[in-house]
Amino acid sequence: MSAMSKPATVPAERPKTVYYFGTCLVDLFYPNAGMAGMELLRREGLRVVFPQGQTCCGQPARNCGFFEEAREVARAQFDAFPEPWPIVVPSGSCAGMMRVHYPQLFADQPDRDKAEAFAARVFELSWFLVHVLDLKLTDKGEPVTVTWHASCHSMREMGVTDEPKRLLRSLSNVTLVENPRERECCGFGGTFSVRQPEVSAAMVSDKIDALRSTGATEMITGDCGCLMNISGAMEKAGTPMTGRHLAEFLLERG
Amino acid sequence: MSVEAETNSPSHAASHTSSHASSHGGFAERAHVALNDKPLRANFRRAMDGLMVKRAAQFPDAADLQALRSLGAAIKERALARLPNLLEQLEARCAENGIKVHWAETTEEANRIVLGIFQDHGVKTVVKGKSMVSEEMHLNAFLGKHGIEAIESDLGEYIIQLAGEMPSHIVMPCIHKNKGQIGALFAKHIEGQGYTEDVDELTAAARKVLRDRFAQADAGISGVNFAVAETGTLVLVENEGNGRLSTTLPPLHVAVMGIEKLVETLDDIPPLLALLPRSATGQPITTYVNMITSPRRDGEKDGPREVHLVLLDNGRTRVYADLELRETLRCIRCGACMNHCPVYARVGGHTYDAVYPGPIGKILTPQIAGLDVAGDLPHASSLCNACVEVCPVKIPIADILVRLRREAVRPSPSKAGSGAVKGGGGGWTLSEASAWMGWKWLHANPTLYRLGTRVLALAGNLIPASLPPLKAWTTVRAKPKFAAKTLHQLARERGYDDV
Ligand code: SF4
Repeated sequence: MSAMSKPATVPAERPKTVYYFGTCLVDLFYPNAGMAGMELLRREGLRVVFPQGQTCCGQPARNCGFFEEAREVARAQFDAFPEPWPIVVPSGSCAGMMRVHYPQLFADQPDRDKAEAFAARVFELSWFLVHVLDLKLTDKGEPVTVTWHASCHSMREMGVTDEPKRLLRSLSNVTLVENPRERECCGFGGTFSVRQPEVSAAMVSDKIDALRSTGATEMITGDCGCLMNISGAMEKAGTPMTGRHLAEFLLERG
Repeated sequence: MSVEAETNSPSHAASHTSSHASSHGGFAERAHVALNDKPLRANFRRAMDGLMVKRAAQFPDAADLQALRSLGAAIKERALARLPNLLEQLEARCAENGIKVHWAETTEEANRIVLGIFQDHGVKTVVKGKSMVSEEMHLNAFLGKHGIEAIESDLGEYIIQLAGEMPSHIVMPCIHKNKGQIGALFAKHIEGQGYTEDVDELTAAARKVLRDRFAQADAGISGVNFAVAETGTLVLVENEGNGRLSTTLPPLHVAVMGIEKLVETLDDIPPLLALLPRSATGQPITTYVNMITSPRRDGEKDGPREVHLVLLDNGRTRVYADLELRETLRCIRCGACMNHCPVYARVGGHTYDAVYPGPIGKILTPQIAGLDVAGDLPHASSLCNACVEVCPVKIPIADILVRLRREAVRPSPSKAGSGAVKGGGGGWTLSEASAWMGWKWLHANPTLYRLGTRVLALAGNLIPASLPPLKAWTTVRAKPKFAAKTLHQLARERGYDDV
């Protein structure tokens, strides 16, 4: 019954074709991050299919308790991703929704099998790059110091541990300084940030203090929800630090 | 016992009062007060940080920890699966052992039962060990109204009893207070006690008061951490020895427990003891582990002459009836979920305005009190899953939070016909429901979605920041900027296949 973390397993054969699920947030606000993930996969020789019929994983409605609405939207994704190819997602949170919560959401539905088969094909991008593609990078960039923000759902639903940091460390000119609150939530939480704005604000402000204590000039993360929250708060406060999605950073440097 | 262990050591202004214990407004209003209380925030943050480090040090091997958590969850799940039988078995064993069992459906009933026992024995003063169920019953206040004085013997509970407050943490009830605040409290309430921030002196002062009370008490009250159905044993863990004194010194002992505290056999106890103190306070084991199986037997030199056990339902049967919600009842009240909660660490226990704060409180309180009363609690979470990661019995707290949000929107049917959760349904506004309807309409229709997102790419940045959700967002964050082209558009332009 309980969900928890459901780490993926490496496919027996290296896939030739993968689906890419961009997520609605990336679609509207961070298309370059989404595109960078696709370019990284393509560069590794994969055929990357981006179904134009994709929309949203349905997490916002599910998290607010509107399960029927979430299911309808999830079903639209089942239709958009019909082939048995892996589905790579540049977000631990949306990946977690599809991998962990689809089976729960459809547990008592006639199309339960479809939901389970879909869920089993979902991979978080950094995990896929490390474990399935064994991505090797050669750093072309200037020396820079960065820090990593881990998203809660990538860690606690998708079982992503140090994969993003391994990728960052493989870049010779990049110094990765871990921040003391790496595993703590940034306070985004979807509607939480507007339902409990003051608690959320306190959380993101502490998060920024922790990020800044590293002396890094840039924060790298793998989830655009966290990115929008943390970067937005840094921008508003005039913090001399920027944030970027991991895929964009890796593509630019390596 | 020690004040140091119970409270925050660094001292702040003694005059600082705990104004955050307001019972007005919703979670957000109470959080506002707590967030602006600097000493309070510092107290909690420091204490929770320390507890997280101590817990982690107790579980150096990740695989061992996961195996132990699985075992703990399985033990509780197995017991819950047979709960009705086990309760009968417990009652029979207790009766054989000379412990009298009472059943209470409501807290009111439980209070009356306890009062009845005390009145039969002419009890005037009672010492209490720490018990969350007695907090749930508001037992002290009830007894007080009937002329029976119940004094808390757990140091933390004693401190908040003096302050007239609720516990702010289920394991460390006065964790929100610092030495200065306690010094001021003692100076005010304990005869002959001057103000001091000296921990040893404070501890000695409390000890003196409490020791006198133990000697005079007509009865003792305690909670129960685990009850063993097979043997009728009541297991009670504690660090101060007050639990042992409360249950052995007075001639009469009344234990109160929620019906979910059962386990099947004595063999189930060691794994749970290996999880509870380590998860709670980062101790390998508590100083005292009490196992109570009967009143004083003939020829024994100590122990109460009479032992009673009050089993409280208070809504648990309803929780039990739903298989998913039932997982709530696995809880062993270790407090690890609150120690690791980024919301709790910032707002403290009183912001939850309930007996059980933190993540476990967010799922338990609405189920006991009703979603109509405590419906904002399940939303006071970013669903970060930090609690789920540490819970020693693997309660899927985040999933249950979402389930409760769901029950507030559209209640699931239950056998009794009144919905799975008390006060479910009606927890939505028309504008919210129509917003989700529109959202579904847009996202379940790819053509509409592409059209809509293109419009947003072109004109979305014209949306004023004063619009409701954006307004809350932009108080501390910049307005999100729509990109000029969507990923759908970019993918097509750069030749990515559609099928
Ligand atoms: S929910 Fe889990 S972590 Fe929280 S108090 Fe209960 S057992 Fe401990």
